[in-house]
Amino acid sequence: MPKLTIDDLKKIREKTKRRTELREDGDYRAKITVHMGTCGIAAGARKIMNAFMEELEKTDATDILLTNSGCAGLCSKEPMATIEISGQAPVKYIELTEKKAKEIFQKHVMEGNLIKKYALGKGSEKTDA
Amino acid sequence: MEKENEKAYRMHLMVCAGTACVSNNSFEIKDALEKEIKKQGLEDEILVVTTGCNGFCERGPLLVVQPGNIFYQQLEKKNIPHLVEEHFLKGRPVKKLMYKPPKEKSPVPVLSDINFFKKQVLVALRNRGLVDPEKIDEYIARDGYSALAKALTEMKAEQILNEVKNSGLRGRGGGGFPTGIKWEFVRKASTSNGGEKYIVCNGDEGDPGAFMDRSILEADPHSVIEGMIIGAKAMGANKGIVYVRNEYPLAVSRLNTALRQARDYGLLGKDILGSGFDFDIKIVRGAGAFVCGEETALMASIMGRLGEPRPRPPYPAEKGLWGHPTCINNVESWANIPTIINRGAKWFSSIGTDTSKGTKVFSLVGKINNTGLVEVPMGITLREIIEDIGGGIPEGKKFKAVQTGGPSGGCIPSEKIDLPIDYESLTEVGSMMGSGGMVVMDEDTCMVDVAKYFISFTQNESCGKCTPCREGTKAMYEILDRITKGEGLEEDIDLLEDLAKSIKDSALCGLGNTAPNPVLTTLRYFRDEYEAHIKEKKCPAHVCRELNTYYIDEETCLKKGHGCDMCRKNCTADAIIGETKTAHKINQEKCIKCGVCYDVCRFDAVKVK
Repeated sequence: MPKLTIDDLKKIREKTKRRTELREDGDYRAKITVHMGTCGIAAGARKIMNAFMEELEKTDATDILLTNSGCAGLCSKEPMATIEISGQAPVKYIELTEKKAKEIFQKHVMEGNLIKKYALGKGSEKTDA
Repeated sequence: MEKENEKAYRMHLMVCAGTACVSNNSFEIKDALEKEIKKQGLEDEILVVTTGCNGFCERGPLLVVQPGNIFYQQLEKKNIPHLVEEHFLKGRPVKKLMYKPPKEKSPVPVLSDINFFKKQVLVALRNRGLVDPEKIDEYIARDGYSALAKALTEMKAEQILNEVKNSGLRGRGGGGFPTGIKWEFVRKASTSNGGEKYIVCNGDEGDPGAFMDRSILEADPHSVIEGMIIGAKAMGANKGIVYVRNEYPLAVSRLNTALRQARDYGLLGKDILGSGFDFDIKIVRGAGAFVCGEETALMASIMGRLGEPRPRPPYPAEKGLWGHPTCINNVESWANIPTIINRGAKWFSSIGTDTSKGTKVFSLVGKINNTGLVEVPMGITLREIIEDIGGGIPEGKKFKAVQTGGPSGGCIPSEKIDLPIDYESLTEVGSMMGSGGMVVMDEDTCMVDVAKYFISFTQNESCGKCTPCREGTKAMYEILDRITKGEGLEEDIDLLEDLAKSIKDSALCGLGNTAPNPVLTTLRYFRDEYEAHIKEKKCPAHVCRELNTYYIDEETCLKKGHGCDMCRKNCTADAIIGETKTAHKINQEKCIKCGVCYDVCRFDAVKVK
């Protein structure tokens, strides 16, 4: 192992930080939630999750959070995912395929352009009575 | 670079692998998690990470899920399949495995919302639960070794020294000597004798109930190593030694791993980071003698001699290891250094009180709901630590006293619960900061018995070199022992005070100087308990069994227990008269006051007075 220079140290820091960033309390620019209830999984949500992971891995972004949650309540439209860009209303996408997921990642998450034809609608149910 | 770090995962499972969780089988939990994750085909999505001590040891084995900071506790192997399927696969956090505070109905899912964590301020423990202690890259990702880079390339030795001096950092091992001033002594010390200087990390933690140093070495060894290299640069030393107890195998092993990694990266050895500065560290394992935490005894032990103290001066800063100037700082002090360099003296000194800056790590143990490792800002009150962080006293019992500073410290009574914790205020009430042990006691604790326990500890650990400590602690123990047995004499309290004073004034080292503190503080705050033992031959807390009188409340025995006969069956002295379905009685002449009947009675019919 060659001895590190200060630049090497910085490189290791940046590189590892990308992988460990999700442990920090930081603010995320975008949050992708794949709905993984039994219905979602049966409809192929695992593939959607993997597609998002692959895309995420290709970028250097540390401010995108990929997570999963339970059934979104619209089982017939699974697989589904919710994209939340910080400061904007969440958008639910339905009947996803890997291809659609990759497209959503590029266009909506990275470039900020909602893809209307895949979306169910904007907003979320009210959670407080 | 480690391969795992190349890959992105969507979820990190941070399994606590501090000693407490490990002894609660956290590695079994880790294996079960990995197995189940594989079974569900999630191994490319979810990474299991082992971390150092999370702090909430009471609730181990622990798991924190990131992102989200979801806190799972008291995990068992059988919970894992359900947890993996529900939360990690389907995204539904499992409530029944979360922490539910006593007296509350619903669990608290997020770690930072839990009272135990809320009031803590992490400086020395800044990487707690966030890094794998065996992966240097993860330490680097949390700005590790960036302070070193700054110190080696952008700062002059004087600047480092001034930063530490201005930060107001004081020794975290007990005495509270200003770290910057100690460094200055070593820096200025003449090196006529061959030119060497030594940097030592004192990890000979020995106070009963204290585990701060162990946890830091286990959880974040690189923070200590980085602190030492920075110190070495400031003082012009090239050799470092970590003195750690051999009873801390996990700390030794993680420290060894960390040293190897740092050497591989060229962060130790020759020409560190291309700066031309050379420094390396080796580990010396101590055999667990309490006195070796005293700096002169520690040095003797490192040099292969009998672990005995010697008079000071000369101080280690002038004449230390093999006659060379030596700087000895505690584990926690070293762990603070990188943050002071990174964030500056001004930032550090903004935390704490006028005379005590920064934070202090305490191991909170004893009669307290949330046992564990906590880091709090100096100046926080005892009440905040005990009631908010510690969650109060179990079983609704009353808080009686807290013992700080280990065998060298003292007992602080409940009426001083609003005392701010800093070096001065603790000394003022007769105790001391010490290394950070905090033993909480409830109403069932006998303060004479506590004093006896600590004196027996120091008596056992006394190296025997000087008479006041060797003979004096023994004499004190004998007096305390006879008081707890009901054989105390009227003059014993005066005698104890006299002895305490002479030992304090004449013992050779810190161990002896401070050994009488537990007795002096209990005499100061709980004199009535000593008097009850001596004059009335009673132990108010009913701990000293030889002073107890056991009797059976016949009505309760018959009505509630229907004369269950359990006490008679268990009495080894044949002192209980009665049979099933009749009220029982104790024959006081035969009773040997062992208390077994009291312990086995399920109906509270056996009473003590």
